[in-house]
Amino acid sequence: MIPFQYTRANNIADAVRLIAATSGAKFIAGGTNLLDLMKDNVERPTTLIDISRLPLTSVEETASGGLRIGALVPNSDLAWHPLIEKRYPLLASAILAGASQQLRNMASTGGNLVQRTRCAYFYDTATPCNKREPGSGCSAISGVNRGHAILGASTSCIATHPSDMCVALVALDATVHVTGPNGARAIPFADFHRLAGDTPHIDTNLGPDEIITSIEVPAKGFASNHSYLKIRDRMSYAFALISVAAALELKDGMIQEARLALGGVAHKPWRNPAAEAALRGRPADEASFAGAADLLLRDARPQAHNGFKLDLARRAIIRTLSQAAHGTPQSQSNKTIQ
Amino acid sequence: MSMLNNTAKTYTGTATSRVDGRAKVTGAAKYAGDFNAGGLAYGAVVEATIARGRIAQIDISAARRVPGVIDVITHENRPKVADSDEAWRDDVAPEEGSPFRPLYDDAIKFNQQPIALVVAEEWEIARYAASFVRVDYEKQPFVTDVYRKRDDAIVVEKPDRPRGDAAKAFAAAEVRHEADYFIPTEHHNPMELFATTAMWEAGGPLTVYDKTQGVRNVQQYLCSVFEKKPEEIRVLSPYVGGAFGAGLRPQYQVVLAVMAALKLQRSMRLVLTRQQMYGLGYRPATIERLALGARRDGTLDTITHEAVGVTSQFEEFSRNDTGWSALLYASPNARYEHRVAPLDVPTSCDMRAPGAATGVYALESAMDELAVALKMDPVELRLRCYSDRDQNEDLPYTSKRLRECYREGAAAFGWDKRKVEPRSMRDGKSLVGWGMASGVWEALQMPTAVRIVMTANGHAEVSCAASDIGTGTYTIMAQVAADSLGIPIENVTVHLADSTLPRAPVEGGSWMAASACHAVIATAGEVRKELLRLAKLMKGSPLADAVEEDVTLSDGKLVGRRQTERGVSISDIMRHGALERIEKEKTNEFAEDKAHARNTHSAVFAEVKVDEELGVIRVTRVVSAVAAGRVLNPKTGRSQVMGAVVGGIGMALHEETIYDHGLGRIMNANIAEYHVPVNADIHDIEVIFVDEPDALINPLGIKGLGEIGIVGVAAAVANAVYHATGVRVRDLPITLDKVLAGRQAA
Repeated sequence: MIPFQYTRANNIADAVRLIAATSGAKFIAGGTNLLDLMKDNVERPTTLIDISRLPLTSVEETASGGLRIGALVPNSDLAWHPLIEKRYPLLASAILAGASQQLRNMASTGGNLVQRTRCAYFYDTATPCNKREPGSGCSAISGVNRGHAILGASTSCIATHPSDMCVALVALDATVHVTGPNGARAIPFADFHRLAGDTPHIDTNLGPDEIITSIEVPAKGFASNHSYLKIRDRMSYAFALISVAAALELKDGMIQEARLALGGVAHKPWRNPAAEAALRGRPADEASFAGAADLLLRDARPQAHNGFKLDLARRAIIRTLSQAAHGTPQSQSNKTIQ
Repeated sequence: MSMLNNTAKTYTGTATSRVDGRAKVTGAAKYAGDFNAGGLAYGAVVEATIARGRIAQIDISAARRVPGVIDVITHENRPKVADSDEAWRDDVAPEEGSPFRPLYDDAIKFNQQPIALVVAEEWEIARYAASFVRVDYEKQPFVTDVYRKRDDAIVVEKPDRPRGDAAKAFAAAEVRHEADYFIPTEHHNPMELFATTAMWEAGGPLTVYDKTQGVRNVQQYLCSVFEKKPEEIRVLSPYVGGAFGAGLRPQYQVVLAVMAALKLQRSMRLVLTRQQMYGLGYRPATIERLALGARRDGTLDTITHEAVGVTSQFEEFSRNDTGWSALLYASPNARYEHRVAPLDVPTSCDMRAPGAATGVYALESAMDELAVALKMDPVELRLRCYSDRDQNEDLPYTSKRLRECYREGAAAFGWDKRKVEPRSMRDGKSLVGWGMASGVWEALQMPTAVRIVMTANGHAEVSCAASDIGTGTYTIMAQVAADSLGIPIENVTVHLADSTLPRAPVEGGSWMAASACHAVIATAGEVRKELLRLAKLMKGSPLADAVEEDVTLSDGKLVGRRQTERGVSISDIMRHGALERIEKEKTNEFAEDKAHARNTHSAVFAEVKVDEELGVIRVTRVVSAVAAGRVLNPKTGRSQVMGAVVGGIGMALHEETIYDHGLGRIMNANIAEYHVPVNADIHDIEVIFVDEPDALINPLGIKGLGEIGIVGVAAAVANAVYHATGVRVRDLPITLDKVLAGRQAA
């Protein structure tokens, strides 16, 4: 680990002022990913600006019937928050599918959005990686890439975004509220994370001097028909090979509205409005689900070691939509897949 | 047992809580990296980032300039060390080859090889300064993939005379099965990091706290490497947080810590990081080939087992892998051959049930496939091939209750309800599969000495250089000492893992229980003899005419074996003899017996549920029936077998050290990405100890439990996955993508 300065922000304005004024500075909240990256010399901040005591820990109802979630609400608290459990069980489920209890206790809501990929090459400073060192090359393309992207990958990076929570948030049409030197702005969740393109070192559209203050979820929570299914190599504490967030609004067995997002497949939580549109007005049956899966995966391209993800994603989408349609969402405490 | 007392309270064979349990859960137990000394300096290792070549230039100037840095040691400035292979060859080293010498010269033999040690006033400073060491390499071509060296691997083990003609019998067999199986490289990942604290004291010996399974091995090695007299280095390892074989050989951190302590004349601590532990030894990736030929009635005609395992370019490590196949089942023809492929990696090493965990996985998977070909129940097939004699040596066993393992394990599991056809059992969206396998391991015993100091207040101190690597050695030695000295277990204190204590071998191979406990009994016998001698001198002694064979220690008294009311208390004897303490030391003695084979056995039954569409596998039940002679402590013994079953489930479904063979580097060198089972992966595990009296092997009838619990587990799980899905995955670990690929191929 490289020595660094530590300072604490007293309020949001202070945080924004400090990050803008300090070259090489980074915010730290739970530190569940940043500290690992610092120990491996992947992240080398000159200064850590501790934002963990900023007053961003509340979950409040908005005038339009949604919820505004403070950026510093711990993942555990959010998952077990009565309003989240009741109105946004898809979000609660996705959070509980991630990491371990200990990590969820430390990790913040905002931090979850800006965690870095778990691509092994990104963490190994002895190997080339365009995300870590732009222009050095991508080791994963010709290397071990069983866990890598099948959608939206570029020739410079095939890493995936690791979050589970974000897959639910993109499906729920969340909004990310940020504050920077020029004031506050709102970023639609689908536009928050970026594809790798030829700038894989930039994960998100959060400005360098901006801070996430809250995440807003709109009124519609799909509490009746939803499911988050995570397929992984062991039953807990493993990143998704494929994860699916599905939410449906049904009337007489017909789909009124659908949300469908994938994790573990791309540089960002993957959502395609066309696949959801294809479900609208269709019966909630396997044929409809398969059609949506095929549409969502139409442009999927395998790497050398992850061809299995295409078929697995298709099967997982159908299963998750089916769980959602039956009102039998995947349990995250009993890991048995229904 | 004749050598134990016959009082009501017998600890041996009774479930007994760990005597060191409280110290461990309260943090009072200190591990190698926990010891402190004044002026302690801290080390950080710099590792090579290429797989093969040489260091053209190493620049340590920037690292040296970091405030707080005391020294940076490399091959260019290291102190003198021994320069013969012999001097670097520890007790567990392969006989062939040139043991690795850290910081010895400019040669890079494997990725993650240590190339510099930064020593600083604080660990954080050392680690920071390590990032400034600059290295230029001359790179050379390398190979880390065993498949690329399969054809030019070196034969290391095969019998002088194969049994019959395996190839001819195979060609003529009524039913044949032949396939390749693969076990990837696995790393031990003990919870405790490899660590050494070397306490330097002017004029005194260097006291080295090391994470090791054998303090005497490390002590002799260090004396040899640094050309020291035995009294100049003392090695201790009072507690070990798991090792699984990784701590059998001295690891490089102990060399570097001692090197720096001697050079700087300062106490020194070096703790490897989790990532750096992937630069140590590992279970070798092994390609196994099995060819079985049988008659339609299920009797075997022929067994061929060939294997190719990984070793380094500089040492030939291998363990008996293929020999188990020729040993276990009756077959008139058998041939086995083990080869090693030297790769540009560290030397492979022992990992729980080395050789057997891999070789028996292949054998028992192949037996399952043969059962399928024969349309025969897998247990029935094994009974048809059952042998009461070691097939390699043609010797009877001291005891072998494998038949009872099958019977009791099958009954507990409910095996008789199994439907033979694959894909015939279901639970909702999951296919249910039941698989089984046999396990076999050796029952070894080694020369071990124990010292007992008995004090007049009826307390005993039992001392031995043996390590307790978490297996319960402290506890079983206390149990046996309490019984053989006739005192409560609370009155026994066991001291272990100090090179100044009586000699013991490394803790491995499942031999420590039998070895150490018989040393306790032998030494307790000496104590009893001395007490009898003193008792006979007492005026009006009720034991005046007693001879050694007549007396025993019970309930704090020396008493007649038949007339227990005829006795004298230990404290009276010692008071009368004006003795405060009796101190005895003795080495165990085992009768030479070349007429019997000594093995432990097991039958493992596993249930898996596999999601038919998604391929997700859960191991929902395991029953492990073990025949391992007398179980000294059913409580710790059960824990040990349960842990081994979890290890076996990991081997079947999760564990794999993933190499990028293009870079020659391990890409999952951490325990987030190197998967072992987590709680959610483990469901019901039932352990059955089959009653296996053994009057031949040793007086207590002990065989040891360390390894047998893992052998066969991976095969039982793999066989269950086949039974569930109809897909045979022969390359471990069985991940869901392999199951789905098999479904598509079918």
